[in-house]
Amino acid sequence: MRRATGAVVAACAVVLAACSGGGAAPSGGAAASSLVVGATSDPDTLFPWKATQFQAVNVLEQLYGTLTELDADLEVVPGLAESWEVSEDGTTVTFTLREGVTFADGSAFDSADVKASLDRIRDEATGAVARASLESVASVEAPDPRTVVLTLTGPDAGLLAALASVNLAILPSDATEEALQATPNGTGPFTLTQRTPNQSIVLEPNPNFWGGAPKVPSLEFRVIPDETSIVAAMQSGNVSFAVFDDPLVAQSAEGSGLTVTKTPQLSYHVLQLNARRAPLDNLDVRLAIQCAIDRQQVLDTAALGEGEVTGPITSPAYRSDPAARPCPQRDLDAAKRHLAAAGHAGGLTLSTIVSQGEYATSVNEATNIQAQLAEAGITLNLEVLESGAYVDRWVAADFETAVALNGGRPDPDGMYGRYFTSTGNLNEVAGYSSPELDALFAQGKATSDPEARKAIYQEVSRHLEDNAVWVWLFTSYTYTATGPEVSGFTPMANGSLKFLRETTVGGS
Amino acid sequence: MIARHPLLRRVLEALATLLGVAVLVFVMLRAIPGDQVTASLGTEAAALTPAQRAALEAYYGLDQPLPVQFLSWLGAVATGNLGASQRTGESVLDMTASALPITLELAVLSLLIGLVLGIAAAMLSASRPNSARDAVGQAVGLAGLSVPAFLLGSALLALSSRFLGYNPNAEQFAPLTADPWLHLQQLVMPALVLGFGLAAPIMRTARSALLEVRSQDYVRTARGKGVGPRRLALRHVLPGALVPIVTMTGLQFGYLLGGAVVVEQIFSVPGIGRQVLLGIQQKEYAVVQSTVLVIALTFVLVNLGTDLLYRVIDPRVRAA
Repeated sequence: MRRATGAVVAACAVVLAACSGGGAAPSGGAAASSLVVGATSDPDTLFPWKATQFQAVNVLEQLYGTLTELDADLEVVPGLAESWEVSEDGTTVTFTLREGVTFADGSAFDSADVKASLDRIRDEATGAVARASLESVASVEAPDPRTVVLTLTGPDAGLLAALASVNLAILPSDATEEALQATPNGTGPFTLTQRTPNQSIVLEPNPNFWGGAPKVPSLEFRVIPDETSIVAAMQSGNVSFAVFDDPLVAQSAEGSGLTVTKTPQLSYHVLQLNARRAPLDNLDVRLAIQCAIDRQQVLDTAALGEGEVTGPITSPAYRSDPAARPCPQRDLDAAKRHLAAAGHAGGLTLSTIVSQGEYATSVNEATNIQAQLAEAGITLNLEVLESGAYVDRWVAADFETAVALNGGRPDPDGMYGRYFTSTGNLNEVAGYSSPELDALFAQGKATSDPEARKAIYQEVSRHLEDNAVWVWLFTSYTYTATGPEVSGFTPMANGSLKFLRETTVGGS
Repeated sequence: MIARHPLLRRVLEALATLLGVAVLVFVMLRAIPGDQVTASLGTEAAALTPAQRAALEAYYGLDQPLPVQFLSWLGAVATGNLGASQRTGESVLDMTASALPITLELAVLSLLIGLVLGIAAAMLSASRPNSARDAVGQAVGLAGLSVPAFLLGSALLALSSRFLGYNPNAEQFAPLTADPWLHLQQLVMPALVLGFGLAAPIMRTARSALLEVRSQDYVRTARGKGVGPRRLALRHVLPGALVPIVTMTGLQFGYLLGGAVVVEQIFSVPGIGRQVLLGIQQKEYAVVQSTVLVIALTFVLVNLGTDLLYRVIDPRVRAA
């Protein structure tokens, strides 16, 4: 028996020795001034035209260049095109390209690459996800190596902002998708040096980058699948930069001495209404729902109050006033009046689809909305679906209402034109269109004066709220956590990590 | 002939099991809503034109009828071609060749930890049933059964990072051949978590087996012959109790492969569990199907091995 006790003691001793032995040897300090970013997932593709997963976008925007870029306020600034000119009637855009830019493999960048890239993106067979952004482009010409001329079917003021997406990155004219999956070849601030699938991607600065080489000696995206484990890795000093969505994880990171910066996001939490289906085709029913929901209460109960109540448009320059709607505050009497006017004084039953697992707050939002609507006499049945099943139903517009978290874009035309114009490729999912909205979006595209555009999209916003097309709830934050040595990074509302190129670690 | 017959039957049974697993995985994967197109594009898939959608489906091989997809996959597997990941271009065989040894290593390490902790605790408990010592052992066993691996793992990682600044799992994973010392450190914490969970059922099985054997005639005879208590426990009682312990351990191997999914996720260990999980998340049919088949094969082989082990440790099975 004594020997058995001894075995236990020995086992414990081995365990302790293993832990403390390693603890004595500082293992985190090996890469002193390189920047290690903790990411929950490996990019699902390295081909920029097909990348929608944000981990993939975060890596690819370091490797590839775009004609235009966005600054910290999401205003359009020059990228590979150093300047551009829009014709009087808005149907011709002439880009002047930067000189002396090269791809990672050393080959020169010129207008032939731009033409080849844009033409291939417009070809349906390519399967490029941002093809619709170039819908207005009739032809692409490259009259000389530094000039590209886009001829448009009509004015498109949102095009310049759209061109800043890495989904419209400029690739070498002779590159194939297979080749780029294996060896990325772009004009971005970094180049790829090493990839271990599902574990790590290491980049090094591109010394020839037109904006000046980045300051860190290397940039690594290290895959640590669990967000809590990323916090642990930051505490032990192995990882010095990460972006979190979950407020609870951000709190634990902040509590352990890391610097955490909150950034309001363009994406928005919303209760989508399918206004093409009875009884939601009745404006009074939709207004009753709008009036019955206190958006702040949804935000407080589902997301710990971490976020801001929002109207339709979330980009800083065009932001909607959240109070500009028929029911700025919750008003149960108004809700009941609208229900009665719609002939549902006795109550009404609706269903909603909710995604489980896609994002943390979905089910809590749904149950809170359910409780609030019940007080107005509306019974909401929840269909909580696994995220794949949810996406299938959403894509097919097979729902009465949907609790959704939709991505936003810097330009309101890019953000909502595809949803709320009658020919938009997401109009079926949006469940609503009107001649007024079609006219407003057309007017917005044709107007290039910023102030005039702002007025037009304010009208769009008003129309959407007056007609209770959807019930916009709130935007949440993303949390950028950095270690003690990291400085110079600017978070962006669209989630872009563009400013990693200006980030420094320690004295580097 | 008669001696070879049961073995042959076992092999045929194993093949039938594997075929069953293959059909089940294939059908289940396709029964899950969503495909590779929606898995990679999410709600953006709604913006695809029909022609774009068709082009993507052809790219992922989803335009073939289901029986054709199944048979061409099975045919390829039979010839040793497990398919490839569309995401990374790597063949599933290569992925498995690097991931499976890591998980097996993890499984063996945790098995060792589980056996040492479990049997030691069981001998401690069984030496004086219903004493305070027994109660402590039982309580530890209950804790091991009830604390989920993700909780124990996250807590261990957080505490060691925060207070010791020690977190080998946050470094790039080191292959055994490149840096054995770091490699071992990276496996210790996950193995402890899995081993702790494993120790509990082993302890409970071993305790009751030990108590039963202790009351048997041959033990009393040995004690009567004047065998000392330590020799009695290790040479007479423990061997008699080994069969249920080995059975339990073999069964728990399946738990190890399953539990590895969670633990590998928390500790960023690139094993077979993460390979399956990633495959499911990305709806990479070939990756999931082939990897699950490999796991099933491993499980079948381990069970076969357990059966053979009975013959070694129990003379009665050898005689039968």
